[in-house]
Amino acid sequence: MSISREDIEKVALLARIRVDDAQIPALEKDLGNILTLVGQLAAADTDNVEPMAHPLDAVQRLRPDEVTESNQREAFQAIAPATENGLYLVPKVIE
Amino acid sequence: MHEKTVAELSRELESGKISSVELTRHFLDRLKQEDGQYNSFITITEEQALAEARAADERRAAGQATPWTGIPFAHKDIFCTSGVRTTCGSRMLEHFVPPYDATVVAKFRQAGAVCLGKTNMDEFAMGSSNESSHFGPVTNPWGLTRGERRVAGGSSGGSAAAIAARLVPAATATDTGGSIRQPAALCGVTGIKPTYGRVSRYGMIAYASSLDQGGAMARTAEDTALMLNVMAGFDPKDSTSIDREVPDYTATLNEPLKGLRIGLPREYFSDQLSPEMATRIREAVREYEKLGATVREVSLPNASLAIAAYYVIAPAEASANLSRFDGVRYGYRCDHPKDLMDLYTRTRAEGFGTEVKRRILIGTYALSHGYYDAYYLKAQKVRRLIQQDFVNAFQEVDVLMGPISPSPAFIQGEKTDDPVTMYLEDIFTIAVNLAGLPAMSVPAGFIDGLPVGLQIIGNYFEEGRLLNAAHQFQQVTDWHLREPR
Amino acid sequence: MQWDIVIGLEVHIQLATKSKIFSGSSTAFGAEPNTQASAVDLAMPGTLPVPNAEAFRYAVMFGLAVNAEIGRRSVFERKNYFYPDLPKGYQTTQLAQPIVGPGHIDIDLANGETKRVRIHHAHLEEDAGKSLHEDFHGMSGIDLNRAGTPLIEVVTEPDMNSAEEAVAFARKLHSIVTSLGICDGDLSQGSMRFDVNVSLKPKGSDTLGTRTETKNLNSFRFMEQAIRHEVERQMEILEEGGQVVQETRLYNGDRDESRSMRTKEEANDYRYFPCPDLLPVVIDDDFIDDVRASLPELPDARRARFQSQYGLNDYDSGQLAGDARLSAFFEDAVHQGKDAKLTANWILGEFSARLKAEEKTVAEAPVSATQLGQLVARIADNTLSSAGAKKVLEALWSGESSDVDAIIEAKGLKQVSDTGALEAMVDEVLASMPEQVAQYQAEDNPKKRKKMLGGFMGPLMKASKGQGNPKLFNEILIRKLGD
Repeated sequence: MSISREDIEKVALLARIRVDDAQIPALEKDLGNILTLVGQLAAADTDNVEPMAHPLDAVQRLRPDEVTESNQREAFQAIAPATENGLYLVPKVIE
Repeated sequence: MHEKTVAELSRELESGKISSVELTRHFLDRLKQEDGQYNSFITITEEQALAEARAADERRAAGQATPWTGIPFAHKDIFCTSGVRTTCGSRMLEHFVPPYDATVVAKFRQAGAVCLGKTNMDEFAMGSSNESSHFGPVTNPWGLTRGERRVAGGSSGGSAAAIAARLVPAATATDTGGSIRQPAALCGVTGIKPTYGRVSRYGMIAYASSLDQGGAMARTAEDTALMLNVMAGFDPKDSTSIDREVPDYTATLNEPLKGLRIGLPREYFSDQLSPEMATRIREAVREYEKLGATVREVSLPNASLAIAAYYVIAPAEASANLSRFDGVRYGYRCDHPKDLMDLYTRTRAEGFGTEVKRRILIGTYALSHGYYDAYYLKAQKVRRLIQQDFVNAFQEVDVLMGPISPSPAFIQGEKTDDPVTMYLEDIFTIAVNLAGLPAMSVPAGFIDGLPVGLQIIGNYFEEGRLLNAAHQFQQVTDWHLREPR
Repeated sequence: MQWDIVIGLEVHIQLATKSKIFSGSSTAFGAEPNTQASAVDLAMPGTLPVPNAEAFRYAVMFGLAVNAEIGRRSVFERKNYFYPDLPKGYQTTQLAQPIVGPGHIDIDLANGETKRVRIHHAHLEEDAGKSLHEDFHGMSGIDLNRAGTPLIEVVTEPDMNSAEEAVAFARKLHSIVTSLGICDGDLSQGSMRFDVNVSLKPKGSDTLGTRTETKNLNSFRFMEQAIRHEVERQMEILEEGGQVVQETRLYNGDRDESRSMRTKEEANDYRYFPCPDLLPVVIDDDFIDDVRASLPELPDARRARFQSQYGLNDYDSGQLAGDARLSAFFEDAVHQGKDAKLTANWILGEFSARLKAEEKTVAEAPVSATQLGQLVARIADNTLSSAGAKKVLEALWSGESSDVDAIIEAKGLKQVSDTGALEAMVDEVLASMPEQVAQYQAEDNPKKRKKMLGGFMGPLMKASKGQGNPKLFNEILIRKLGD
């Protein structure tokens, strides 16, 4: 199976990973080979088969509504790339 | 001292023959002297280890010791350790020091174990050879005895190599598609991947959430049982953790195996398996027959689809799990981002390695508009077929046995050019993760001086039976005691 | 050309839980930035979500209140996109299997008719953080305190046909969620946010036109303006033969302008898939029965009760019952003041006018229900005239004093209702105004007589130092002057 340059560029944008032109041929080949591998799925007869999201057929447990966390801003922001006045800084957000 | 198992060291600490500080110094010295050739550790935490050892000795003196108090060991660098950097083998987290412990880490801390450091791994646990680590590949100690640079397996290659080289008696590991069992097999140590949900995933950096499972590696089955006694159990912080009583896994190690029904999946003895490997596995199975087990052939008809299903599901989950690495709150951030898009795309292009990016792109593709049904939904349906095969097989047998890897440890660089060739390394291990079953790798001989692992797969929550089977095997064989020299 | 307006709403409602939907962080509004953002909220590596039971309880309450089917098995999915206020790079939300299925809400129209607006579904999800656009050397600041606050997103069918109907729906929704106590209803703090989908089609046509979505409107007024603005914009385009572009728009209420959002190269592809960190939530009959049994009174039921129990008219009962806090205030006040109609008049009149003037909520009112009730009681027992009552309310409001009777005493506002004393005053005043008495008695026109009667009132109030009960003065005058 093959994957086009346009597909790779679209997917790379969705995934927010910069891909340089020089990387495209190798990605076309590798991703194409992987898609060929996973393409084997198409042959499987899965009529009337329920998709399986979890290994165990378990049900979600719910937590009581209690505040259990306290302020740890200092510890968390000590490992942040850029902060000011308690805020995380990023290049200007334009809506 | 480093020849001894965890069980033996625990008895020596208890008898007062040695102190934890002595033991810890000994292992730290070995680590610093020897690890240069293996690269099995990313971080050695000498000071913290010695402090923990001193605390352990005090605790023992106060009569409050557990079997783990004062025992040196290591964590795979995927488990968050408060105050100790946790890299997940990635440049993205090269300087990341979490202010919290993974539940598994907290449990070993409570037991009083002494963590010597963090072991090397494939980046974000994506790999089967430990060559995708940002901190360099791990070299298999067995290959080195022949003067060759062979892979340690992956993704938990650091843990496996360190145990094989006697740098630590035990280490934690994780298994998403074979990442405990395959490196354990390639390095000649014992490893167990428990049932999905048995060990908390909290603080264990996610690769593929519905497949990831923390587990144990050591030289003997008994030691991995001791580890599971600490690690296993319900965690209210992990929604997928199972609230079910944890047995004492050491209590059933000596049950006789008479009458144990072993199934050999026909599909696991196909032509993908080298004849030598097939011979080693059949020899191991013969030992079980001598111990009173019965053997029959079973079928897992959809086994051949496991790799295909895995390489949709795991990358899809990973593509979302790894979105949090965006250079905003922690971890790597590119220099001088010119705008928000640049911050994201350059941070992620520079912070992630080739294999991680490949899997994110494949996962993104599989989930994207127009492909979801053909890939993701289809893979989830195939996943159920694969699970059903196991359910059917366990109607007839107690455990399944087969190989772990198609061949022993290969030369570094041999498979890095073609991702698909590398993916096929996990052909015998991946189905177990899709089904969520427990499985072990047990040393079962050698091919040309390189270790081979026997895979034992159990039904849900039957870790005790697996450990029993592995322990009994290790009472009549000595593969697990062989040392790379 | 004549056009039909078609409007559908998506409403984000912040649930009033103590902790977040997937972590134990506080949801309190107004804290210092990032002091209520835990490791889970910050999407620190390895952290995992655990859902809040109360969020589910609230969602089920909502579902029952809008006559909806409850999703017995609901599934969280990941909606993937990158944004600095979204720490995980995906929003945990529900899509294919939401907690609340199809339902409906009835709204009152201006012409007195009732209209049914169908609810497509409502789902649980997590709120995002906030980007602060003040300038930090050309950077934006991110506050993640709000990240993970539980929301229900209510999605309607396109059943509304005017801005008024949309606002009536939004007000009714507000009234329901505040009555249920599942949302504080404080729009100024973003507790309810509206996205409006608007399209036009030629009058009577069956085919829907292309719609636009105007996002994040946080007041009824802005919502109404934004819809009017968008209808006009689309009408202009269509009447000039143009095509409406399907897009997301932002409305600036201060300038009454809107503009297109995120039109860049990026076609949204959210790559939804079931969240593997969470399991399906199963709701059983017992849970639903339990929630149903403890459901508080809803606005429609309350309105009916106010009419039967207190004899309020349709309008007053509707005004009060639509607002849970005002309703509670009313009932507390009636408990003191007894006279329900008079209490309703004062709450909807003077009291509400003062709140509005000062942009205060009922909770922020400086006058308590007990005080208002006492005030009404003093009007009802003739101690206070309505002018005097206003003076008492003013004193209560300003905080001058908190005791109604003490204010009446201190300000000398007590009406004289002793008939003997009042009669003596009337006699005295009539004796001093013989000409006016004669003119009055000679007058046949009842209207003019009534007006002339007012002429005696001034001197009477003066004689009583303003404390004579005007009603009684009136009665005595009529009796004495002869009809």
